[in-house]
Parts: sequence; C-alpha cells; structure tokens
Amino acid sequence: MTALTPRRAAIAIALLLLATLPGWVGNSYYINIASQILLWAVLALALNVLVGYGGLVSLGHAGLFAMSGYSAALLLDAGHNHFTANLAALAVTLATSAIFAVLALRAIGIGFLMITLAIGQILWGIAYRWASLTNGDNGINVATRPAPFGLPLASAGAFYYAVLVVFLIAVLAMIVFVRSPFGASLRGTRDQPRRMTALGFNVWLIRFLAILFSGFWAGVAGLLFMYYNQFVSPQVVALTTSAEALLMVISGGSGTLLGPIVGAAIVVIMKNVVSAYVERWNLVLGVIFILIISFMPEGLVPGSVRLARAGWQRLRWGRTASADGPATAALRGGLAPSREAERVP
Amino acid sequence: MSLWLTLAVNSIALGGLLFLLSSGFSLIFGLMRIPNLMHGSFFMLGAYFGVTLLWQGVNFWVAALASAAAMAVIGGLIERFLLRRLAGEPLPQVLLTLGFAFIVGDLCLMLWTGDPWQPATPDHLRGVVQVAGLYFPIYRLVIVAVAVVIAVALWLLVDWTRLGAMIRAGVDDAPIARVVGIKVSQLFTLVFALGAALAAFGGVMGAPYLSVYPGLDFEMLPLALIVVILGGTGSLLGALVGSFLIGFLYNFGQAMFPDLAYVILFLPMLLILVLRPQGLFGKVVS
Repeated sequence: MTALTPRRAAIAIALLLLATLPGWVGNSYYINIASQILLWAVLALALNVLVGYGGLVSLGHAGLFAMSGYSAALLLDAGHNHFTANLAALAVTLATSAIFAVLALRAIGIGFLMITLAIGQILWGIAYRWASLTNGDNGINVATRPAPFGLPLASAGAFYYAVLVVFLIAVLAMIVFVRSPFGASLRGTRDQPRRMTALGFNVWLIRFLAILFSGFWAGVAGLLFMYYNQFVSPQVVALTTSAEALLMVISGGSGTLLGPIVGAAIVVIMKNVVSAYVERWNLVLGVIFILIISFMPEGLVPGSVRLARAGWQRLRWGRTASADGPATAALRGGLAPSREAERVP
Repeated sequence: MSLWLTLAVNSIALGGLLFLLSSGFSLIFGLMRIPNLMHGSFFMLGAYFGVTLLWQGVNFWVAALASAAAMAVIGGLIERFLLRRLAGEPLPQVLLTLGFAFIVGDLCLMLWTGDPWQPATPDHLRGVVQVAGLYFPIYRLVIVAVAVVIAVALWLLVDWTRLGAMIRAGVDDAPIARVVGIKVSQLFTLVFALGAALAAFGGVMGAPYLSVYPGLDFEMLPLALIVVILGGTGSLLGALVGSFLIGFLYNFGQAMFPDLAYVILFLPMLLILVLRPQGLFGKVVS
C-alpha cells in the first residue's frame, strides 16, 4: 500500500469533490459552470503543451478548437450519427493541426505566434464569411447530445459526468506526456534547440508531433464545447477565444499541470461573474492581461507561491527578500532560449 | 471592361490604405521586433477620432493630422511607460498589447456604439477625373498619392538621413549604438509613435471608404501581418508591394469568389511561408 502524503490526500479530496459535485452543488446553473471549467481546462491543457513545455506560443488554437466543433456539427447536420461525426471531426482536426504545424514551424518565437494568429484568422474567415458552408454568423444548431453506452447526456448532471470523464482522461494523458521521454525531449527543444539538434534529435519533428498532440486535445475540447452549447458560431473561432485560452494557461502558470486547470477555473468563473453585472468582458480581459504582466508574470499559482514565500521570509528574517526568484524567469524567458535559432517569416 | 477597371482602381486605393497601416507595423514589428498586436486598434481608434472631428465640422486634413498626432502621443506613452519595461521579452509584450487591444475595442464600442460610422467624402475630394476617356474617382487617387508620398518620405528617412542611420544602428546593435552616444530608447519611442500615427492617419483616410465599425481592429491587424510576412519583415519596399498585392487580391477575390475573399487573402502568405519564409524582400537572418 502506498503512503499517504499531503499531495496524494489533496488529489483524493479533489477527485472526491469533483465526483460528487452535482450532489452538493444542486443548482444546474452551477453544474453547467463546472462543466464549462472542465472543458475549457482541456483546451488550456492542450495549449499548455505548446506554451509551457514547447516554448511555442499559439494564438490560433481557437481555430483548431472550432474546427472539430464545426466539422462534427456539419456532419451531424448532414445526418451522420454521433460516433462517426466525432471520429471524423477529430481526424479533420488532426489533419488541420498538421497543416497548421507545417506552416507555423517555418518560424520560432514571435514569428510562430504571428503565423498562428494569421491561421486562426483564416479559419475565422471561413466560419464567418463562407456562409453557404458554415451558415455564417447564424451558426449551426446541433439537435441532440449523444448517448454513449445508452446513457443520455441531455441533463446538466449527466453531461457534467461525461465532461469529467474526458477531463480526467486528458489529465492522465498530460501526466503521461510530461513524464515520457517525448515530453522531456520537447522541453529540451524549448530550452536548448541547438544542443538537441547536436545530440541527434529531430527538433522539427518533436515540435510537429507536439502540435498534433495539442491539436488533438484542442479538438476534443471543441467537441465538448459544441455539445455543451448544442451550437457553434464564428464567435468560437474569434481571436478572443484564443486569447482566453492563453490567459488560462498563463494566469494559472504555464509549464505546470495544475496551472491551466486553475487558470480555466479563474477565467470561466470571472467571465460568468463579470457578465452577470457588466457587458464589458473584453475590457476586463484586457485589464487582467495587463495586471498579470505587471505583477505576476509567471502566473498565479507560481506567483502566489513566490509572494507567500517572500512574505514568509520577510517575517522570519525581517528584511526584504529577493522578489526576483528563478520562477520569474519562467515567463520572461519563455521565448528567449529559442532566440538563437529564431527565424523571421 | 469598366468593371475590371473599377476593381483595379479600388484595389490600388485599398493597397494605399494598407500601406499606411502596414508601414508602421513594419517599422514596429519588422525593425524594432515588438509584436504590436494593437496596431489594428491604432487604426480603428484613429479612425474614430477622425470621424468625431469631421462630425464637428473640422477640415478633413486637419482631422487626419490631429488624429495622427493624438495617436502618436498615446503610442509614445505606451511604449515609454509599459513596453519599454518589457524590452526583449516578446511574450509579455504580446500579452500587454493584446490586453490593450481588447480594452481599446471595448471602449470604442462603449463610446461610439456598435453602429458603423461613415463620414461623407470631403467636398473638395469628391467627383471624378477623366483620363483618356476613362473616369477615376478623385478620392481613391488621393489615397494612392498620399501612400506613395509617405512611402518615399519613409524611405528617405530610414535610408538617407542621420536619424534613419541612428535608428538602423539602434536596431542592429543597441548596446554599441548607446556607447557611441545614440539615444536608442528615445529613438524607439519615436519610431513607435510614428507607426501609431501612420496607422491613425490611414484610419481617417480610410473612413469615408471602409467606414468605421467595431471589429475593424482585428480585421486590419491580420492584414498588416500578411503584408509584412509577404513583403519581408523590416522592408518598406516589401510592405509597399505587399500592400498593393493584397489590395488587388481582396477586390478581385471579392468580385469573383465573394464567400472566400477573406480566405484568399491569406493564400499568398501561406505560399510565401512555404517557399520563401523570409518574404519577398526580406533578408535572410543568419
């Protein structure tokens, strides 16, 4: 039997809370918010593979997220069943991710970001302007949710459990990925691309596969989002969605497993709370970006830890602790190591 | 026949506007390496400023110059007090400019509502000129003329003046430039302000033609991006050629494949990325 450490106890409590959530939350409005948090967390985890572990910042993930939602919605609309539609949608998303990767990997660092932004806007253009295919601004309605193993997902509670299962699989996949040799080599390409090349690794291929992996989970999140709303519209592909996903990763702390999940919770809760009082979500989003950059550039989870430690030390030693710990370098230097190999489009 | 000619004139005019937008982006992103995601916001906010002034009965050129000056001040302040602190850190710069872009977009929606604003073409720029039996709208020609004048002025400034030499030195090797007495930081603030002013000026010039509406910012930003990727980062000639290329592609695409016009815009960018990632006129960075 394994020993009970605080960490394991915390995970067990978290799992227990998640598993019983519909029971103690009660109101279906809050159950839906929990579903939203979990499905956005899947997207944030997917993006974190690139941002946190690959040093590749993408502002085009809304495109991949929406690609699977749109593909599935179109196939369902054409009369295919849920299984075929989902499978085909994921295949389409993987193919799109491959093209996305080939184009975006023509550059590293800021060039990569700019190309992903442009690709995201192309996909937005297709969703918004190609009205004969996508129904333009009106979007596509999805009549039903699937019933896997004969269990209908129509109610908020049932859908929550479906999202929870997918979320847990995604987290497991991320844990396996981070601990695998592949995860280690991806971190290697982030920190020392030249040395990795010299050691015989194919840096381009590692990054390419990481984008496929990330694109796949972005596609899974896109399917969940499509079924959650039973609707897709160009709003999903908007740059705001990519920016929100990036905010989740960075606010929680990129390059950690817990960070994007916490970030997703923060952003979803804030979005719902803010939307209840004011219409100005974009304004709030912008202010949060600027505040985070100014005060906690490494993200809320590592940032809070740093501030707490600094405060604790100040209490203990009665003098100012250094605020610029190694953690600060995490975000600030996020793109820096690749600078030597940076190629401009 | 006349349809194609109209399309061609519109394409050149749009190309001129795109150059006003992307020349500033080329200076800021291409030369200074600042990923300025609020460049479309400069364009939109400048256009709103200009439209408001025009509404008060201000002369068109005065409105355009005043809007450009206001945006130069705003851009300069953002560079001096926020972006400078993040020098050499692209990701925080991206988040900061993106944050500002969202704030500007939302504030504009709040102040100028969601309805499009389209000022009338100024009186003295209305009408058409007749050349060789063909009619050209004056306003479109004026846009092109302004773009060409600014292109020449920027080229002279960057390539042939002392100030331009100092800017290039600051970009190539900031520490050494500082050692020989060039005030690199001040120069960068100046260049950033100039880029913002050009975008705002373009916004006002474009207002009677494109109108101003919410979402214009994120529609223009990718266009600036495509132009710079096409032309090659930091190349003004590239920005000029790229702008006119995109102008033609947009108008002819819209006429022939209305559903896909926006997507067609990105095709040359994709081709360039695959075949010649440094852009048409870009230098290979070793």
